[in-house]
Amino acid sequence: MAIAKKSVVWGVFAAGGTVAAFLFPALIALFGLVASGTVPEGLEYANLHGFASTWIGKIILFFVISLALWHAAHRLRVVFHDFGVRKDKIVAKAVYLVAAIGTLLTAYYLFAIG
Amino acid sequence: MSKRTLDIEVLRYDPEQDTEPHFMSYQVPCEEDWAILDALNYIKEELDTTLAFRWSCHMMVCGSCGMMVNGEPVLTCKTFVRDLPKDVRIEPLENFPIERDLVVVLDDVMEKLQMAKPYIIRKDPPPENEEFNQPRSALYKFKQYTMCVNCMCCYSACPQYALDSSFIGPAVLALAHRYNIDSRDQGKSERLDILADHDGVWNCSFVGACSEVCPKNVDPAAALQQMKIDGAKAYWLQKLPGGKS
Repeated sequence: MAIAKKSVVWGVFAAGGTVAAFLFPALIALFGLVASGTVPEGLEYANLHGFASTWIGKIILFFVISLALWHAAHRLRVVFHDFGVRKDKIVAKAVYLVAAIGTLLTAYYLFAIG
Repeated sequence: MSKRTLDIEVLRYDPEQDTEPHFMSYQVPCEEDWAILDALNYIKEELDTTLAFRWSCHMMVCGSCGMMVNGEPVLTCKTFVRDLPKDVRIEPLENFPIERDLVVVLDDVMEKLQMAKPYIIRKDPPPENEEFNQPRSALYKFKQYTMCVNCMCCYSACPQYALDSSFIGPAVLALAHRYNIDSRDQGKSERLDILADHDGVWNCSFVGACSEVCPKNVDPAAALQQMKIDGAKAYWLQKLPGGKS
């Protein structure tokens, strides 16, 4: 017996869960305001674009977005298990593939911001 | 003291006679301060001597009187008649095969208990001719996990164990964690090799029902999450040059 590889995906799941629990309620509230037309001070497009243009901004955004994706992927895998879907290997491949593609796209788009 | 009559339905099953389990009803005149275990003893002594159930201490120490009372896994010595409605349904602990009536087969958990190596493992010899000093802060880290009485209520509550009984399960993993975080112990890596494998901690999806039903206020769900962190750390450490494979 040995420590299962599941510990790797659980690691990003746990990190993503922590990030999501701390940041996402605030982000959802703030960007909910933006979407409804009330832009809080500092959240104007130019400011956010400026933030995403800096390297530190890119790194922060990359970790927040990609970790949340891996968190969601692993949680979905567990939900499938809980609902009685006994095809764990296929489910795992599918959800992690989506998270991996999302991670690559996040890196690509962040890199593309000038 | 005033008496209160309960209508108690008890699941009965005698594998030598019955094809499947069935309920039998008893009217039990209960004293106000009775626990459900007292009502069961009344049934056995006064109404039906064939009823089989486990109990020993009647004081929440032995852990043998765990049963389902109105659908909840509880210690029947700690579940009082005054807190229950008039109709009470008593069943054996869920997720275990029935041996007879309210007695379940616990072989599966007993086998898994060995895997946890629930004893202090030393690589260095213990101090000779002196006590093994342990600061109080070190004791507090694991003390709550020593309160487990192996009643197995957590296994009845655990949806993951219900789905897949190869899961090692809450009480055993919490007990392993108790030794992992004991400052005198040096067997953590030995245990993680077994308990952080597929059927170990990773099968837990942190529903937390184990901690909710625990009659001794142990928090197995927390133990499992902490073990997951230990497992993840150990996985990467063994990948490092010089790490154990």
